[in-house]
Amino acid sequence: MAENIRTVEHATCTFCGCVCDDMNLTVDLDKHCITKAENACVLGKAWFAEHTIENRPAATIDGREVGVDEAVEEAARILVNARFPIIYGLSDTTCEAQREALAIGDLIHGTIDTTTSVCHGPSGIAFQGVGESTMTLGEVKNRADLVIFWGGNPGEAHPRLFSRYAVTTKGMYIPNGKKDRYIVSVDVRRTQSTPVANLFIQVKPGADFELLWALRALVRGRRLDPSVEERTGVKLDTMKQLVERMKTCRYGVLFFGMGLTMTRGRHFNSGALLALATDLNEFTHFVAKPVRGHGNVTGADNVVSWTTGYPFGVNLSRGYPRFNPGEFTTVDTLSRGDADAALIIASDPAANFPKAAIEHLHRIPVIALDPKATETGKLARVAFCTATYGINVGGTVYRMDDVPITLRPAFESPYPSDQEVLTAIKNRVRELLNKKAKPKEARKAA
Amino acid sequence: MPDTLRIVNGRVYDPANGIDGEVRDICISDGRIVASLPQDAPRLDVNGMAILPGGVDIHCHIAGAKVNLARKLQPEDHRRDPHPSTAVTRSGTGGIVPSTFATGYRYAALGYTTAMEAAVPPLAARHVLEELHDTPVIDKGFYVLLANNVFLHRLLREGRREEFRNAVAWWINAAKAYAVKLVNPGADELWKGQRNTNISSIDQTGTGIDLTPRQIIRSFIDVVEELGLPHPVHIHCNNLGHSGNWQTTLETMRTAGESRLHMAHIQFHSYGGEPGKNPTSKGPEIAEYINTHPNITTDVGQVMFGKATAMTADAPLGYMLRNISHNKWINADVECESGCGIVPFTYQEKVYVHALQWAIGLELFLLSKDPWRIMLSTDHPNGGSFLKYPRLIRLLMDRDFRNEEIQKVNPRAIKKTVLLDNLDRQYTLNEIAIITRAAPARALGLKHKGHLGAGADADITIYEENADKERMFNAPRYVIKDGRMIIADYEFRTDHEGRLLHVAPAYDAAIEQKLHPFFDDYYSIEFANYPVADSYLHHHEIVPPVKAAV
Repeated sequence: MAENIRTVEHATCTFCGCVCDDMNLTVDLDKHCITKAENACVLGKAWFAEHTIENRPAATIDGREVGVDEAVEEAARILVNARFPIIYGLSDTTCEAQREALAIGDLIHGTIDTTTSVCHGPSGIAFQGVGESTMTLGEVKNRADLVIFWGGNPGEAHPRLFSRYAVTTKGMYIPNGKKDRYIVSVDVRRTQSTPVANLFIQVKPGADFELLWALRALVRGRRLDPSVEERTGVKLDTMKQLVERMKTCRYGVLFFGMGLTMTRGRHFNSGALLALATDLNEFTHFVAKPVRGHGNVTGADNVVSWTTGYPFGVNLSRGYPRFNPGEFTTVDTLSRGDADAALIIASDPAANFPKAAIEHLHRIPVIALDPKATETGKLARVAFCTATYGINVGGTVYRMDDVPITLRPAFESPYPSDQEVLTAIKNRVRELLNKKAKPKEARKAA
Repeated sequence: MPDTLRIVNGRVYDPANGIDGEVRDICISDGRIVASLPQDAPRLDVNGMAILPGGVDIHCHIAGAKVNLARKLQPEDHRRDPHPSTAVTRSGTGGIVPSTFATGYRYAALGYTTAMEAAVPPLAARHVLEELHDTPVIDKGFYVLLANNVFLHRLLREGRREEFRNAVAWWINAAKAYAVKLVNPGADELWKGQRNTNISSIDQTGTGIDLTPRQIIRSFIDVVEELGLPHPVHIHCNNLGHSGNWQTTLETMRTAGESRLHMAHIQFHSYGGEPGKNPTSKGPEIAEYINTHPNITTDVGQVMFGKATAMTADAPLGYMLRNISHNKWINADVECESGCGIVPFTYQEKVYVHALQWAIGLELFLLSKDPWRIMLSTDHPNGGSFLKYPRLIRLLMDRDFRNEEIQKVNPRAIKKTVLLDNLDRQYTLNEIAIITRAAPARALGLKHKGHLGAGADADITIYEENADKERMFNAPRYVIKDGRMIIADYEFRTDHEGRLLHVAPAYDAAIEQKLHPFFDDYYSIEFANYPVADSYLHHHEIVPPVKAAV
C-alpha cells in the first residue's frame, strides 16, 4: 500500500499553556497517526504520538455502546431533570466548545467551573484584588533582561518556555539570548529548571509569602528584622541583591507556578507576587505572568469571564451569574454533595479530585466528554468519545498570555468534536425545556 | 414577526433626510427601509411616539482582551448588577464593564443598534471577534491599533512609503478591522523600553524609534486617505489627561491640514494649565478650532459622575491614573504592537478635576456649532458607562436641569469654564438624533445607517415622548433591528445576531515577503497563524472603500 502521508506546517501543540504554534507534523493518514512532530518538546512529541484513533464506541450509556443521538438524548434528559447540575473541565477543548458549554449552563441554570479552580484559581482571585502588570510572551523574548521563575518547574512542565519565549531565545533588544538575560529561580528545592538560573534562591517550604513581602519592603526601602532570614531561609544580602537587580533591570519578568498557588497562602502568595511586580514599576518596567498548565485553560478563563463576568466557580441557579470560589467550585460542590448531575468536558476529576468529591461523582449521573478513556468516563452514565482538539478538530485556543491561536488539525477523526456534542445537547436541552415550560403556560391560561 | 411592517402616526426624526418631527409612515421590508408598502401590510401604530434611527456609538470599549481583563478585575462591580436570562435572551452581569451578552442587550435596550469597539491590537483580533460574536443584537466593528506598531515604524523610518501603505492595508485585512486607530503615537517604546516614561510633545525626538508623533500621525492620515477607508484616522492624541494638553490637541488637528481626521474623546484633550498642576478649561478654544475646520470630526468622551474604568492602549496614562487613584491596576504589553492600562475609577462631583472634566465636555457640546461633527460618547467605560447616555442627553436638552446639576459640582471648577456665562443652548431632539445617530453613521461612512431613507438598514428606535428626556431615552418602547422587532413594549421579544462590519482595502501581497522575516525574528506566533480567518466573522459585511471626502 502506498503511504498516504500528509504534512501540516505551523500546527499548534495544545499540550501545555505554551501553545507553541510552530509544529511541523508528518501525518500518516492510513494509520491515523502523527509520525513526526518537528519542533515539539518532549511533552509535545508524546502528545502528538499518542493520539491515534482508538477503537472505542463514540458513545456509551452505563458502559453500553449506543448511538451518539441516543446518548445526547440521555445527557439532555439528565441535565434538564437535575436541580443542581454542574459543568466542569473545559481547559482542554476549544473556545468554540466552551461557548456551547456556557450556553448549556445558562439554559439549565447550572454551575460552571473549570480546572482553573484547582490550579491558578488563587491567581485569578489575587488578580481581582490587586490587578496585574503583564505581557505577551513575545515581549519577554524581545525585551526581558531579568527573568525570575518562582514556584514552578518549567524545565519539565513547560520545556519550551525557556527556548522559545523566555531564556535562550533571542529578541529585538536581547540579541544574544541567554547571555543578555539574568535568570533567577526561586523554589523550595532544586529541580530540572534550576540549572538554567544564574541565581537559585531556595526558600523554606511555606515561606513564599514572607519572602515576597520582605522583597516588597526592601523595594520600598524599608528596614527588615533579621529574623526574616530564619523565617524564609534566605539571606538578607541575597534579598537585597535581588531587589537591586529588579530595580535596575530594563524589563523584568516574574513567572510563577503552582508552587505559589497550591501551597499555604494560596491567593495571598499570588497577590504578593503581583503586587511586587506592580511596585517595581515605580523604578523600571516590570511584569508578571502565571505559567498556565492546560492548553486552553486561558481560553476557558476568557470565555467564562466574557460570558459571566467571573473567571470560574460561577453559579447560574438564580438565572444570572454569581461567583463564589469555595462554594461554586467543583471540588466543593462535589465534596459537599450539592451537585446532582455533572457534565464533565475534557477533564478527569475522578482521577485527581479529593476522595469525598470522587465518591459523590459515583452517586450522581455523570456525562463525560473526552478523547481518551478516563476514570471519569468509566463511572459516567453517559460517555462520549470525542475528537482531540488541535489534532483532529480545529478551533481557537488561548495561550497562557491571552494570545488566541487558530488550530490546524492534522487528520480526521471518526468521533464528533466536543463542540458538536455540546451543540447537540444544548439544542435538545432547549427543546425539552420548552416542552416542560408549555404545560405551565397552559395552566396559567386556564 | 412579518417580513414587512408599516409604522404609522409617529413623529420621525431623520436629520440625514431633512425630516424633523414630521408625522410620516416608515415602511420596512426584508430588513431594509423601503419607500412604500401595499396598504394591507401589517401596521404598528406609534401615535405620540418619536421614531429615530437606531443609535450608532462611534467610540466605546466593549469587547476584546483589555475589556475582558477589566471585566475579570471587578467582580465586586458585577455583583451589584446581575443581568438575568429571559425566555429569549442570555444571562450575564452588568456594572461598568458588562459581560458580552449583557452589553449587546443593554445597548439595544437603550435604542442603539451599532457600536464600534475603539482599540484592538491586531494580535488580539481573534479575541475581539469571538467576543463580538457573543455580543447580541447590535452591529459592531473595531478599530485596529497601529500607531505603535514596530514594523510600521521601521518602514516609516526608512522612508518606505509604498510598503508602509501596503503593510497598513495588510494589517487591516489580517485583523478584519473597520478603521485605523492611533493611540498616543510613538510612546510605547518609552513606556516598555525606557523605564515607563512617556511622550510629552507631538514633535518629541528621542522617542527610541527615531520618529516624532507628528511624523507617524501624518503618515497614517495620508495612507488611510489613499486607501479610501470609509472612516478617517481615529486618533487618541498624545498627552491625554495632562494639564496643558490642548496645545498638543491643536497641533494634532493642524497636522491633518485639510485631511479628514476623527479626534476621539476630545474632552480628555482640552486642558489648559501646566503639566503636573491642576488643569483649566480650554474647551472654548478647542471648540473654536473644530467649528472652523470642517475636516475634523470628534466625539466628546463626556465624563459622567460615578463609576468608570480607565481602559486604554495608552499604558502610561493608565499608570498615571493608578498613581492618582491608588486602585488596582493592570498593565498589559502586547509585543511589537501596543500597550494597555486599566484602572477602576470613580468621578466625583466635588473633586475639582472631575468636575472640570465634566464641565469641559458640556462646553464642547454646547459651543460646537455643527452637530454633524461632534458626537455623543462617554468613551465607555472611561468617562462613564454608555448607560449614562440618557442622562447626558437630558443635560444637553434641558437647560434648567443642567443648571441644577451645575450647582451640585465643585464651584471652583465651574468658575474655570464658561458654563454659567449665558451658555443657555438646549439641544433639540433633531440635534440629538444627529449626534447619536446620523453624524456617527456619516463619519463612519455607513451609508445604510443613521437614517430612515429608503435603502437604509431597518434599525429603528421608537421612544414614548416624555418631557424628562432622561426617562425618554432610558427605555425605548420599540427597537427594531434588521427589520426584526427585538424589543416591543419595553421587553425583549427575540434574540438576534448582529453583523460584524469591516473593511478590506487592497494591497500588494508582496508585502508579506517583508513581513514574514520580521515575524520570525520578533513575534511569538507564526506569521502563517497571524491573520484572522474568515471563520471568525460570523454574520458580516465588508464596507467598501470610498473616495476621500476632502
